[in-house]
Amino acid sequence: MAVLKVEGLKLVYGAGTSFEKTALSDVSFSVNEGEFIGIIGHTGSGKSTLVQLLNGLLKPTAGTVELYGKNIWKEPKKIRQVRFKVGMVFQYPEYQLFEETVYKDIAFGPANMGLFEEEIDKKVRAAAEFAGLKEELLEKSPFDLSGGEKRRAAIAGVMAMDPDVLILDEPTAGLDPLGRDALLSQIQSYHEVRKNTVILVSHSMEDIARMADRVLVMNKGKKEMFDTTENIFSQGKTLEKMGLRVPQITRIMLLLREKGIPVDTGVLTVEQGFREIMHHMALLS
Amino acid sequence: MVRDITLGQFLPGHSFIHKMDARAKILLLMAIVVFIFVAGNYVSLLMMTIVSLLIVLMTRIKFRMYLKSMKVILFVIIFTGLINVFYGSGEVLWEWQFIRITWGGIHNAIFVIIRIITLVMVSSVLTFTTSPSDLTDAIERLLKPLKIFHVKVHEIAMMMTIALRFIPVLLEETDKIMNAQKARGADMESGGIIRRVKALMPVLIPLFVSSFRRANDLAMAMECRCYNGGNGRTRMKVLHFSWRDLAAAIFLLLTFAGVIVCNIFVPAVM
Repeated sequence: MAVLKVEGLKLVYGAGTSFEKTALSDVSFSVNEGEFIGIIGHTGSGKSTLVQLLNGLLKPTAGTVELYGKNIWKEPKKIRQVRFKVGMVFQYPEYQLFEETVYKDIAFGPANMGLFEEEIDKKVRAAAEFAGLKEELLEKSPFDLSGGEKRRAAIAGVMAMDPDVLILDEPTAGLDPLGRDALLSQIQSYHEVRKNTVILVSHSMEDIARMADRVLVMNKGKKEMFDTTENIFSQGKTLEKMGLRVPQITRIMLLLREKGIPVDTGVLTVEQGFREIMHHMALLS
Repeated sequence: MVRDITLGQFLPGHSFIHKMDARAKILLLMAIVVFIFVAGNYVSLLMMTIVSLLIVLMTRIKFRMYLKSMKVILFVIIFTGLINVFYGSGEVLWEWQFIRITWGGIHNAIFVIIRIITLVMVSSVLTFTTSPSDLTDAIERLLKPLKIFHVKVHEIAMMMTIALRFIPVLLEETDKIMNAQKARGADMESGGIIRRVKALMPVLIPLFVSSFRRANDLAMAMECRCYNGGNGRTRMKVLHFSWRDLAAAIFLLLTFAGVIVCNIFVPAVM
């Protein structure tokens, strides 16, 4: 069943002024329940605009966003309910921390939902665990945490609202390699346990390839492709034209194919690539 | 959106006003401001208004931009206008208990409103047509004589440059943080004044923190480039007076003379 359905979405910034700019035009797609969607695109391709439309932070100039088959702008007064269902983690979310303690900051979202104390407590602790925050950090000031911990606290703040759809806009930007791997696997396990829908915006083709079921490719404010991850990344040439790359391992596979070795080009992770190459080595010898 | 605030924004262009020397613009603006207040009757005020409008037209910037900067202070305009209506003297038009409306009050209100509007317009002209760096450069030059009194002119100018430079950055940041908190269900559009002020805390605190972070980063970056104040510092763009500035000055002097003549021969309203 489709959780989110987007029809003919268009957004014009500063309509009617000299700064008028069409950020998004004619985007339609739908996301199924429990899917992991990756969104890739060059800087300025409209990715961030698109995700902000999905949870009603921006109002489309034309077109509709449907959540469980209901237009989210049908009742503009209830837009907050949409935002609780479609959680959004912005780029560099650590800059939005403000409370005295990490616990209170994570509780900000659930508290806005008007939940009872015990329920908030349960959600906060669960979210902190999913985000990989240690229990003792909860009573600290968020400004005393390290960069990575701040990021986790901020992500936990959105996870704590228990959204049906979790959107993450470049969650790993600026983290060290270890931190980003840990964060990504945390997101993955959250997705697996909760069975909710996750939309991940990223510049890292490797991350998208490893995690996403389907990939949406944005280019110049338009939907360029929307297909399974394998199908998207087997089109290296098309992606390169848009200033994007395929994962390094997929590129090797594509090159090997060009050299006449019939490897599977749908390979997306290093492990898969390793197995594929070993398999062909065995065949060759 | 917060980004819609145009007050203090620079809009690049190639008009006569854009090409004027920033120092001339500041001095002439100050003179215009003085004469907007010198104008004591409708004729001279009309003259100043027409001149201001003329200047606005000459910038070739869409009038909508000026209206936008007006929108910000709309409340101030209405408020001072209303206050003036009730605090005039002269012939009473309408009275109810302690509230009294007089002709003087109405005239006062009209004058104050027109004055504020023209003031905002001409000041907008200055910021719209002058890049922040030119502007502070000019201020630094104009304040140079104060160095005798050990006023740190360069430092003041640098602080102004930085402050101006960071207005759009902070506005954008405010927008981002507001969106982030809205995404967590923060409700900033409803409720009474106390609730709204409280609702602002989740925005103000991160904004405050990030301003300090930015200030730190900026200070570090400046020190890395060996910034150590104004002594011996040269400029890439040196300001030059040109025929434009002379023409503008002559034109305005004539206008000012006109205003003074009007003030003498037409009786003052107040």
